[in-house]
Amino acid sequence: MSDRITIMLDGRPVEVDAGVLLIQAAQDAGTYIPRFCWHPRMNPVGMCRMCLVEVEGPGGTMLTTSCTVPVSEGMVVHTASETVKKAQEGVLEFLLINHPLDCPVCDRGGECPLQDQTMAFGPGESRYVEEKRHFEKPIPISDLVMLDRERCILCARCVRFSDDIAGDPLIEFLDRGNYTQVNTFADEPFASYFSGNTVQICPVGALTATPYRFRARPWDLEAVESVCAGCSVGCRVSVQSSQNEILRLLGVDVEATNHGWLCDKGRFGFQHLAAPDRLTTPLVRGEDGELHEASWSDALDRAARGLAAIVDSSGEGAVAGLGGSRSTNEEALAFERLMRHTIGTPHLDAAMGDALDARLLAAAPRRGLIGDLEQASTVLVWGPDLREELPVLYLRVRRAVAELGAGLVVVHPRASGLDTIADHVVRYRPGEGGALLARLAAGDGDLAEVRSALDDGPVVAIVGRTGLTEDGDLAGAVAGFAAELPDASVLAVSRRSNLYGAIDMGLAPGMGPGRVGEDPGRDADGIVEGLRDGSVKGLVLLGADPAGDHPSGTAGDALSRAEFVVSIDLFINDSNRGADVVLPAAGFAEVEGTMTNLEGRVQKVNRLVPAPGQARPANEILADLADRLGGKWESSTAESLASDIATLVPYADVSWEALDRGTGGDGILARGGDVVYSVPTVSTSVGNGMALHLGRVLYDRGTALMMDPSLAKLTQKPVLHLHPDDASSLGVAVGDQVRVSGSDGSAEVDAAVDPSLSPGVVYLPFNLGVSVGSDPSVTVEKVT
Amino acid sequence: MTDRILTVRMEAHPADSNTLDRYEATGGYATLRKALVEMSPEQIRDEVKAANLRGRGGAGFPAGVKWGFLAPAEPRYLVINADESEPGTFKDRQLLERDPHQLIEGIVLSSYALGVNHAFIYIRGEYARPARRVQRAVEEAYDAGYLGENILDSGLALDVMVHLGAGAYICGEETALLNSLEGRRGEPRLKPPFPAVEGLYAKPTIVNNVETISNIPWIIANGGSAYDAIGPEGSRGTRIFSLSGHVARPGNYEVVMGMTWREMIYQIGGGIRDGNELKCWIPGGASAPWFTPAVLDEPVTLDDAGRLGSMLGSGGIVVMDETTDVVAAALSIVKFFAHESCGQCTPCREGATWLERILQRIVTGHGREADIGLLLDVCDNISPGLRWPPAQTTICPLGPSLVSPITSIMTHFRSEVEAMIRHAEPAGV
Repeated sequence: MSDRITIMLDGRPVEVDAGVLLIQAAQDAGTYIPRFCWHPRMNPVGMCRMCLVEVEGPGGTMLTTSCTVPVSEGMVVHTASETVKKAQEGVLEFLLINHPLDCPVCDRGGECPLQDQTMAFGPGESRYVEEKRHFEKPIPISDLVMLDRERCILCARCVRFSDDIAGDPLIEFLDRGNYTQVNTFADEPFASYFSGNTVQICPVGALTATPYRFRARPWDLEAVESVCAGCSVGCRVSVQSSQNEILRLLGVDVEATNHGWLCDKGRFGFQHLAAPDRLTTPLVRGEDGELHEASWSDALDRAARGLAAIVDSSGEGAVAGLGGSRSTNEEALAFERLMRHTIGTPHLDAAMGDALDARLLAAAPRRGLIGDLEQASTVLVWGPDLREELPVLYLRVRRAVAELGAGLVVVHPRASGLDTIADHVVRYRPGEGGALLARLAAGDGDLAEVRSALDDGPVVAIVGRTGLTEDGDLAGAVAGFAAELPDASVLAVSRRSNLYGAIDMGLAPGMGPGRVGEDPGRDADGIVEGLRDGSVKGLVLLGADPAGDHPSGTAGDALSRAEFVVSIDLFINDSNRGADVVLPAAGFAEVEGTMTNLEGRVQKVNRLVPAPGQARPANEILADLADRLGGKWESSTAESLASDIATLVPYADVSWEALDRGTGGDGILARGGDVVYSVPTVSTSVGNGMALHLGRVLYDRGTALMMDPSLAKLTQKPVLHLHPDDASSLGVAVGDQVRVSGSDGSAEVDAAVDPSLSPGVVYLPFNLGVSVGSDPSVTVEKVT
Repeated sequence: MTDRILTVRMEAHPADSNTLDRYEATGGYATLRKALVEMSPEQIRDEVKAANLRGRGGAGFPAGVKWGFLAPAEPRYLVINADESEPGTFKDRQLLERDPHQLIEGIVLSSYALGVNHAFIYIRGEYARPARRVQRAVEEAYDAGYLGENILDSGLALDVMVHLGAGAYICGEETALLNSLEGRRGEPRLKPPFPAVEGLYAKPTIVNNVETISNIPWIIANGGSAYDAIGPEGSRGTRIFSLSGHVARPGNYEVVMGMTWREMIYQIGGGIRDGNELKCWIPGGASAPWFTPAVLDEPVTLDDAGRLGSMLGSGGIVVMDETTDVVAAALSIVKFFAHESCGQCTPCREGATWLERILQRIVTGHGREADIGLLLDVCDNISPGLRWPPAQTTICPLGPSLVSPITSIMTHFRSEVEAMIRHAEPAGV
């Protein structure tokens, strides 16, 4: 890919990639030059001066920072001359004179670049006898991050990450000279969805994360690499534990997905695993109507009997399955087997009525990769607010646009995270996306410029549901349009972590394992409808909470009509509180298996800690249940299920062994399969009155998040956002109570004003505790 | 032969040399009027190059050569560095206050030569009166058609914006100035890229000192070769020196370079106050290593100053007599630089305050024997080898600048430092 050139490195000729920075080239050639401020994923600033080396030039040999100089043919470099050593030791001494040297009580001690480099390159003792610089410490700069300005060496990694990578300029240098400090502005806490990355890249213990502070010493930690289960981006993580409790997640730098970054929900969202409310024993509903602890065999017997009774009385089609999108592929395949083969029902869905057509997700036209963003000339985002739903994909788009110079077109009903760097922003009214698409495709009127921007390929199109009141077919129609754009790559996105893997394992109506066609069945909407009208009587939930997650907001009511419900889960939630049998499952980092991200990239997830109490991997629970229902499975362990997965055409190259052997952390792409997505036409429904945009926020009231003490407090109360014109015509001021009434209910919430909405459109965040249904047409009135 | 270029008008008309009327009445803007008709931009550039005009901000880089580096991308900017903050230097203040139209005419000619339509004058925050006068002059020039959309019906468009700094010495460093002008922290940028390629708003930008550009009208009026005929080779033209300290007649003096330091101090400066003996002097602003009477008969030129291990820098000459406590003087300068360090790079941020504290200890009678070696070694870690011209471990020259006073006293007055330490009280008791 890149040209190779030869430089003289400490007297030996070495071949390096042309154009890379000297510090990187030297490292590639085996010579580590010490550094603090340089980070391979950020632009160099040459501030800490630790990486000084000597470079010979026409004007003689000069000390220069190796992080700021690209290599050139024939360059002569000295990294270990007396001058270099003295300069580096001098810089280290400067950095240490005001550093508190409190390593024994510092979280970073033991994995601290400053400590390590002082040992390797630094002087043995200090010549500084004056009093050190003092600041109040530590100070909270957000709910998750603490700052110790005395430990800080002012490398600006946190500042640059927040400004340049995350686009959240909230942590900055203040004052100057000897009094320079990193801090936030007075009334602006470090409320970034990406704040944890600054803790990870801080080269000292200046930034610490509240969930990890004083919990462990680095040398006590055990670690495995795995995949974040927070969303479908599939960020590579290092999971770290002590005494069988997960204490932190660190981002692992892989080119394909996360570049080392994580969002805070992914990074800190592990504490629910050790929450006191975690299910640890099977529960069975007693004659008193309450759930009681039971043995595994009693609970499984009861579950099998209940399901068999419904099949006997009403047929296989009276049983349905929901969930599996948060499970591993192996668990999902076991669920598919139980439902479709052992029980024999075609009604199963991993999605919750909030995603997209499974065929679109599995077989989008011109399906692309996240990495295609690196070469994109234009990016089209017509889908969710990526910052709220797929945060690290948001960072990758930001990089493509702000750093690499791609153009950006954002289509969304209200201001989204990417608007500030977009070249074109298009707003529309939920329900009228189809008409907008037709006008955009034709380049009508004010859309002519946007349309011509999209002719600048390669185009990467990220399509999905902008909100839950939107027709899911719209994203398919957009994908069809986008696929025709020059050198198009299409990413059809939906949030839930292993939804793509679950679909590939056949957890979708009409689709079997390996992206092949199957008998048609009910999707989540149909299953909820069936529960309501009594045609579905028995239900198996695998890590699914339709009462909270189904956009209608009324699935809980439908669920209460079921005759028999089995739930396999980590917690009691609104959906299984009334279940007949609740079986405790192992969760993240408690099972081994694979997950498939939104690109179809399969990665290994690994086990680090035992599941609590009697909780078991879902595939084992499902196999035992199948056994009681007469299913004769040859394989039930995750490992044997993995072998079965490898027989599916798209997964032919995938094996645990190949993934464990190492694929550069990039996993293996599962591509191909029989199913074809036919692009739908989408009709436009112009409702009367107000149109509701029901969008997701990162910190919603999902069960796992609410069980996580660090994240639960970050959830906001629901607020209805109105266009200022609508607010004034309704006589509503910010903070007033309004009643919003929709297809499935009404709610009274505070009002806020959002000028980015089109007049006539209101925005309500989904799953913050209020629900009015998922129809776009709503009415709003002031509560007096 | 011409011996004054820049200060003729203000000397002759002290009451109103800053006004447009006086400027026009004394031949002002005639050069511009003529040049816009008769000369091409290239011809103006050629004259400036032929003049061998060296920059008056401190580094002494040939202005015509700098102009030649300007990249072709558009838009391009001209920025006048009027952030005169070097201790002992106050020449630009006089040019701004007393003859702002001379500068503006220079700006218009330069902008025409460089293909610039937007120029900025970045004035030191403390320079309130100069800024007011320049602002008024800019407004007068707009009204009279010397600035604006179609200057003197030539088709040339130029807007000039006056921007007041916020009180940071480092913003005199051209890339820190550009950051400040953009609304960022006043911190020097990494070079390359140099401003001529990527400057203000990442566009090609020429940053020139006030005095440098104030010379342009004369050069275009009289020709580059006429300018090149004034003064010794390498130090062409006149130069305004700011004489201060223990001289009998401190002030700004525009002179042709090449006289000896003895003439500079004893004739121009009127000798040492109270008939005292000369001890040493700073030849070119607080950043410059000091000279002692041993070089009194050396010529005052850029190249000779460099050969002798210092520089003419910003033209600020600070004279110290026999009564001077040189350690206290060095402390005073180091304290200034520590206060003005931007703080972005480690050796300057940490080293400056450390050096200040060691000197403070010595001056207050708590020095230690080891402090001399420590001072020099800390200096060496900022400016390796302590040589001239200086090497640096820092991003910008502020690092080696703060080292200059210390190496100066260690080179010339080490016995005084040692004596101070020897008579010290035991520290920390």
